[in-house]
Amino acid sequence: MEEVKLLGTWSSPFSYRVLWALELKGIPYQYTEEDLYNKSPFLVKCNPVHKKIPVLVHGGKPICESMVILEYLDGPWPHNPLLPSDPYERAVARFWAKFADDKGTVIWTMFRSTGEEQKEAVKGSLEMLRTIEDLALGDKKFFGGERIGMVDLAFGALAHWLGVFEEIVGIRLLEPESFPRLHKWTKNFKEEPAIKENLPDKDKMLSNFRCLREKLLASP
Amino acid sequence: MGEVKLHGFWASPFSHRVIWALKLKGVEYEYMEEDLSNKSQLLLQYNPAHKKIPVLVHRNKPVAESLVILEYIEETWPENPLLPLDACDRAMARFWINFGEQKGPVFFNLFRTTGEAQEKTGEEVAQILKTIEEKALGDNNFFGGNTLGLVDLSFGWLPHWFEVTEQVQGTKLLDPTTLPRLHAWAQNFKQVPVIRDNLPDPQKLSAHLKRLRGNLLKN
Repeated sequence: MEEVKLLGTWSSPFSYRVLWALELKGIPYQYTEEDLYNKSPFLVKCNPVHKKIPVLVHGGKPICESMVILEYLDGPWPHNPLLPSDPYERAVARFWAKFADDKGTVIWTMFRSTGEEQKEAVKGSLEMLRTIEDLALGDKKFFGGERIGMVDLAFGALAHWLGVFEEIVGIRLLEPESFPRLHKWTKNFKEEPAIKENLPDKDKMLSNFRCLREKLLASP
Repeated sequence: MGEVKLHGFWASPFSHRVIWALKLKGVEYEYMEEDLSNKSQLLLQYNPAHKKIPVLVHRNKPVAESLVILEYIEETWPENPLLPLDACDRAMARFWINFGEQKGPVFFNLFRTTGEAQEKTGEEVAQILKTIEEKALGDNNFFGGNTLGLVDLSFGWLPHWFEVTEQVQGTKLLDPTTLPRLHAWAQNFKQVPVIRDNLPDPQKLSAHLKRLRGNLLKN
């Protein structure tokens, strides 16, 4: 099997989506930590359009965008599939994966803002969580059913990053009483060995994101 | 293959992406025009998360989000493939489809601004179009290579819709002198029979977009 490399950063949920997928499928890979303030020439060569992580390099060929990478992985490594085999179920999975990407930014907005903008973002975040709780998860253990799938990985930031953001801004969104299913899902998700053993250190995250928030609020 | 219905809106490029894919694959379907100011109960039931068109209903099961629908159509009716067979090439196709999605809001910004703000956004749009021409299209006739593929359908709003929008918003970014290959692709795209025969009337579209822009500029 050809060599697999992952270019990522320790604090990015997008990076982790791919890392978790590789771990779940038992794919050996070489990880390179990128410094986003000093991007490597290799990263820029692999992703000239966005110059962003994560990038998966398989047999020398780069694949960019975390969800595009996840879609790619089932091809060369079909075991422990990330997507179901039935076309309709695949469409449902892709719908929620897209939802995670399209709507997920509202949580980032809540994190990087104050005042009215933050109030609106909180409202948007709660609406998003309500939709996921009521429509996406149902009574399943994971979005993928009995096993973790692509949608679980797409929503992975909710399981670990959201808690960090909530603590920093002092706003609690994912309350167990309001979102029992989603709350239970975060516990189940983080208990899976491939996830549990691959999560960024919480204290390091608090310190890093606290610093980042100050920087973002200070700049125009 | 089971009954197929499409809930769409005559002016929507997202709706048309699905029409084109169904027609390219020779799939028979029943079209339901939605009044977006008075959405049908069925639509709200089929897409409770977004309440938007297009929604494809196949064997009574709804699929929402145009790009998700395109992938579904590709997998359910594999004849006349619209995605490459090679996994890496497929990833590249999905990368560009994703690129178009990410940049959509910038084009919308162009539409709902005037003066200096519009000029500034115009510079950003020009860069995006240049990237699409140089990196996505290259020297190919279509994004899919020699024939249409999902990437072409996903960029299908550039010909026709963006051209009409440019007249309405007073810009001239998709220009044959600055973007010869992309401009040529846009004209070729519109000549493909399935596309040519399934485009909204330009006058009706222009009036619709003028109204939309007027409302956006007022608020």
